[in-house]
Order: sequence, then structure tokens, then C-alpha cells
Amino acid sequence: MRRAVIAFTAFLGGLIFLLASPASAGPADCQGVKGTLKLQGQPVNGAKIVVTTEDGKPVKEVASNAQGTWDVQVDKPGKYKVTLDVSSLPQTAEVRGGNNVRTPTVYKDNCSTVLFALVPKAGGEQTPGAPAPTDTSDSSFWTRAAQLTFEGFNLGLIIALAAMGLSLIFGTTKLTNFAHGELVTFGALIAYLFNVGFGLGVIPSAIIAVLVGGAFGYLQDRFFWGQLRRRGTGVIAMMIISIGVAMFLRFLFLFLHGGDSEPYTEFNAQAGITVGPITAAPKNFIMMAIELAVLVIVGIALLKTRTGKAARAVADNPALAASSGINVDRVIRVIWTAGGAIAALAGILLGLSQTVKFTMGQDILLLIFAGVTLGGLGTAFGALVGSLIVGLFIQLSTLWISPELKSVGALAVLIIVLLFRPQGILGRRERIG
Amino acid sequence: MDWFNIMVTTVEAAVGVETVFYMLAAIGINLHFGYTGLLNFGQAAFLGVAAYGLAVTVVTIGLPFWVGIGIGLASVILLALLLGIPTLRLRADYLAIVTIAAAEIVRLIFRSVTFKDYFGGSDGRYGFSEGFFAMNPFSKGEYGIGPFTFNERVTWVLLIGWILVGLSCLVIYMLMKSPWGRVLKAIREDEEAVRALGKNVFSYKMQSLILGGLIGSFGGYIYALGYASVQPDAFSTELTFYAYTIVILGGAARVFGPVVGSMIFWVLLVFIGNLLNELIEAQYITWMSVNQIGAFRFMLVGLGLVLLLVFRPQGIFGDKREIALDAR
Repeated sequence: MRRAVIAFTAFLGGLIFLLASPASAGPADCQGVKGTLKLQGQPVNGAKIVVTTEDGKPVKEVASNAQGTWDVQVDKPGKYKVTLDVSSLPQTAEVRGGNNVRTPTVYKDNCSTVLFALVPKAGGEQTPGAPAPTDTSDSSFWTRAAQLTFEGFNLGLIIALAAMGLSLIFGTTKLTNFAHGELVTFGALIAYLFNVGFGLGVIPSAIIAVLVGGAFGYLQDRFFWGQLRRRGTGVIAMMIISIGVAMFLRFLFLFLHGGDSEPYTEFNAQAGITVGPITAAPKNFIMMAIELAVLVIVGIALLKTRTGKAARAVADNPALAASSGINVDRVIRVIWTAGGAIAALAGILLGLSQTVKFTMGQDILLLIFAGVTLGGLGTAFGALVGSLIVGLFIQLSTLWISPELKSVGALAVLIIVLLFRPQGILGRRERIG
Repeated sequence: MDWFNIMVTTVEAAVGVETVFYMLAAIGINLHFGYTGLLNFGQAAFLGVAAYGLAVTVVTIGLPFWVGIGIGLASVILLALLLGIPTLRLRADYLAIVTIAAAEIVRLIFRSVTFKDYFGGSDGRYGFSEGFFAMNPFSKGEYGIGPFTFNERVTWVLLIGWILVGLSCLVIYMLMKSPWGRVLKAIREDEEAVRALGKNVFSYKMQSLILGGLIGSFGGYIYALGYASVQPDAFSTELTFYAYTIVILGGAARVFGPVVGSMIFWVLLVFIGNLLNELIEAQYITWMSVNQIGAFRFMLVGLGLVLLLVFRPQGIFGDKREIALDAR
């Protein structure tokens, strides 16, 4: 039974790998408490930690070092009180849940790890947008609203990049691809491999990763989805197959990359610049420009080029497109390639604004679906509009609700919209019941 | 190589707690997907709501065990209604996206700090199972055959679990022989035709959603009692997807499909995990570490799901003509 419990623990997936980091048995010459302070994967330097005994006798005061770690050795095993001095944290950070006191028990010849989860003050812990270096405590409602609008646009544009590919693939092949999130993760991880593994800069790594992501999309269609279409596999069968593909790829990433979330080597801690009411790191403005540029290029390509027009024709009615001489298979392959490439780009940008982790694609997949469904399944521009709405809604809703529940709001809106306008905002009325 | 230990844990996995609670989740999905053609990707929410209904009633409010069970079941019916009314009129792929979104909403609320006083945040709830174990007829000790033994608590949970599995299978068997079951299968085959015959398709789908959710909720109870605790992340979408793998492995639209599927799924998973563990410890395998076994096993699950659907969508016992693999 003990083994079976261990087996079940493994089922809980990457979670265990993430939480059970160095907490296990320390070396024998270690007796005390220690920990690491990180904010969005970046070490926090100089935060003050006060350790006292259970009845309040002071033991030691330390500050975290450049790696964010701190360590207090004690003479006697027993219960201790560890307080994190909140005023010594960076202006942008706060302790999740607000409780800055921990009472760990120190055992003989053992170090207990004390965990303080730090989150950004304004955005919440999973903000794929800017790490908001503003001190929002005294800023007015409208300043915060402007800041959150900016972050919402940033998040919405990243979602839109991934959503356009997903929507076009759905439109042309009727495949609801649950493995699209893994295309996002794939791009981020390939860039990570070249950046951290081979020591290239982030920008060349990103270019390589986008190309590899496109190739991955092409190969997936050429050797897998294309073959399934030829066999006449049903729509629901393909949907469930995509879940299997997503599981396989996600755990392959976990197998190869491990469960840690890691930053790229460059563009990490940037000083914020202020434009009007908005304060953000320069990388956020540049990322936004890249996102807008790519979306405009994709939009123009869809409207003006022959392949783009063919793609929209196939998405509209594959049989009619085929009978008017469009090579449907070629168009689908182009869409898969482009979809893979821009999904990879979305992954890299997401990795730059947060950190790289094997579940990053899975975490954003439902938001992509929300964007696509809101805009109208199968329409490229609908996906763009829907994603922007989702991004804005998620960030702006934190004005009123707790940041940890912001995704709940977006998903609830998805369900409510489907009640009243199931075809989505830009979708055409058709029978979907 | 400790072959004896591998054999014992593998055989115990065939009847163990996780096998039973996945079995119940899968029987519910079989009713939704196999018989009615509903693509419910939110089964994890049904298990979670039932388990939390029990835990919160007993721990937070302090009411007795049986009231907790009752509130859990009532919450499951409420969830099915909330989920069904907006989505059951939609096409299959919309239903899939909405149910998966709803399951995530439920999980995020369970684990949120805002509602920590009710649901216990990411730590979950524990200490609600005394009422159940007070009824335990087994005295302290190990029960089983030969080397395959469980302690008195696990034996009690397993006994109840297998009784629930038996009852659920019996109910499904009887229902599918009845006119009600034939209408469900007809909805799976051609919804429009059934509507043309004057049946209220929406109502039948809703009944199927509620009943399948209730059977799944038994799985939630078995989880909660088997581990004497509930955590929000145990009810993630992975649970639903593994249950789908189990249904398809055993054969959809077959009464015993999920039962056999769950046993094979967990026997294979535990066997492969233990075997890899031994092989790595004995240094026969050097290209992966013990920490990677979990990831490797679930890669195999994903791969298995793909291969099953590509080469044998009817699973072990199913009939290819009876499986809803095309959207309408």
C-alpha cells in the first residue's frame, strides 16, 4: 500500500516536483532554518529575516543574499518563530496571503526550509504581463486601471498569438486541439535550450525557437494529423487524441526539463520606465510592439496574399474551397507551420514576462480557448478580439476581486457569453446546438 | 531486483483505493460519453464537489458524517444543473470546453486564499472521516489473502468502494436495458431523429449528466475517505483525462468497460513504476533517475491514449459501431 500511495503521489504530476525541492534531509552538520526568497523566479536580495525562539527570545537576524537565500543555525532543536520583515522587501513584492510569520520546528541535525511565497503587489502571482514595478498602495483607482489595462493588453496579445493559430486550425480541420498549449511550451523550452544550454543570447535563441516551432507544427501535420485526416478519423476522436498528445508532450517536457520554473539569462531585472500613468520594464513595451507587429503581419497575410485568402476560404467551407481548385492539404500545412511558429513566439514572450515551466502552455490553454470561443470558433480575427477581451478582463477584474481568482472571472464570462451568444462575438449565426 | 515486492504492489493496485475511485469516475463518464455521447470534460469537478461537500460540512460547519454525504450529493446535482442548463444545447466541442472551464473554476475556488476559511486553501481539509470509520466492522489487523493484505481502515473503504462499483454497474446495466437507456443511445446516434420522435432530448441529456455525476461523486467520497483528506489539486483536469483513458481502454458503452479498464490502467501504471524503480536502483537503467519515473509513466499514458484511439478506438470490449467519435 505504501508503494501505491507513492504511485498516487506521482500522479499528482509536476506539482510534487515543484514543491518537493530542496526541503528533504539536509546534511548532518546543518541544524536550523533556511529558505530562498524569490519573486517571479528572480532572487530577492537584502530582505530581513528575524528568528526568535517560541517564547520570543531573539536568536538571530539575517538578510537574504544575492541568490535570495538565507540561513540561520541554532543550537537547540525545537520550535522557532521566523518573521520576514515586510518593509525590507522590494516595493513591488508582498507575501502571498499576507502572513509574514512562520513557526517551523527544528529537529536535531536537520535544517527546516521555511517558505515565504512572494507575489507582485499589483498584478498577482501569475501575471503574464508586466511585473508591475509601481507602488500601487497610494495610487488612485484610475492609475491602477490604466496600469492594469496595459498589462491586460500585454496578456491579451500573447493569448491572441496562440489563439490565432488554434482558431485557424479549428476552422480548417475542425480539430479542437488541446495540444496547442504544448506548442507554446515547446517554443519557450527550445529558446531556453539555446539560451541557457548553448549560451546564445535571448534574441538569436528566440529566432531559432520560432523556426523550430514552425517546423514542429509542419511535422505534426505532415506525419500525424494529416495522416489521421486521411484515415477519416472522427472529430471527437481527434479531440481526444489531441489530449493524449498534450499529455505525452507535457510529461516529455517534464522528463527532459524538470519541474522547475527558470528565467532566461537576459532581460530579467529591468528598471521600470514611466509613460503617463503606466510604469513597466522596457521589455514589456518592446514585447508589445513585437506582438502587435506579428499580429498585423498575420492579419495582412490573411487578407491580401493568395495563401491567406485560400486559408480563409478553407476555414469557411473546405469542400467548396477544394472544388474551386484550392489545394486544401497545402493550405492546412501552411496554417500548421505558421500556427506552430507564432505559438512558439507566444511561449517565448510568456517565458520572458514570467519564467519557463513545463506547464506554462497548459496553464494558458483555457484562456486561449476562452479567447477563441468568445471571438467565434474558427475565425482568425474573432480570436484576436476575443483574446484581447479575455486579457483585459483578467487584469482589470483584479481591481475588484482577488488576483488569484482572476482566471475564474474570465472562465465564468466564457460560460455566460455562450449562454447568450454561442457563436461568439464575430462568429456567424449557425446551428451549433 | 525485488520481484516479490513488485508482484505484491501490482496485485494490490488491481483492487486498491485509487483503482476504485477512478473506476467510479470512469463509470460516470461511460454513462456521459459512452452511452449518451456527451463530452463531459468536467468530471473532476463532480468528484471534487462531492468530496468537499462532505469535508466542509463535517469540518467547517461541524455537522455529522451522513449530513455531509447528503450535502455532497445535493451539491453534485446542483452542479450538474448549473453546468447542464447553459451547455447541453451546445455542440459537442463547445460542451467539452465549457465543462473543462467549469472544472477549473471549481478547483481554483477550492484552492483560493479568499475562501480558505471554508475550503482550506491548497492544503485542503482533513479530519472528517471519523464518522465513517466509527462504523468500521473490521477490528484492528491486516485482512487479505496470503501476502496481499490491507489494514482494517483500507479494507473498510475498499469494501464500501466495491459495493458502490457493483451497485453502479447494476444500475447502468438495468437502465441500458430499459426504454430510458435506449433513448440515451439513440441520442448518441442521432439527436435530431430522437427529437423528431417527440422526445425531450435536453431533459434526457440532463438526467444522464446528473446520474453520471452522482456515480462519479461516489468516487470523490472514496478518495476523501481512502486518504482521509481532500486537496484541490487532486481534482485537476488530469483526473478527468485519465478517467477517459480508462473508459476508452476498457471499451466505451460497455457496463464492465470502466471496471476492467481501471484495473488494467493501474496495474500497468504501478507495475511499470515499480519495475523502473527497481531497474534504476539496480543500475540496469542509467539514462533516467528515480525522480523521472512519474513523468515517464504519464508520457506512456498519453502515448497509450493516442495509440488506442488511432488503432483500437473500441478498446478491449467495445463495439466500434457504438462509439460516438464524430461530432454532430
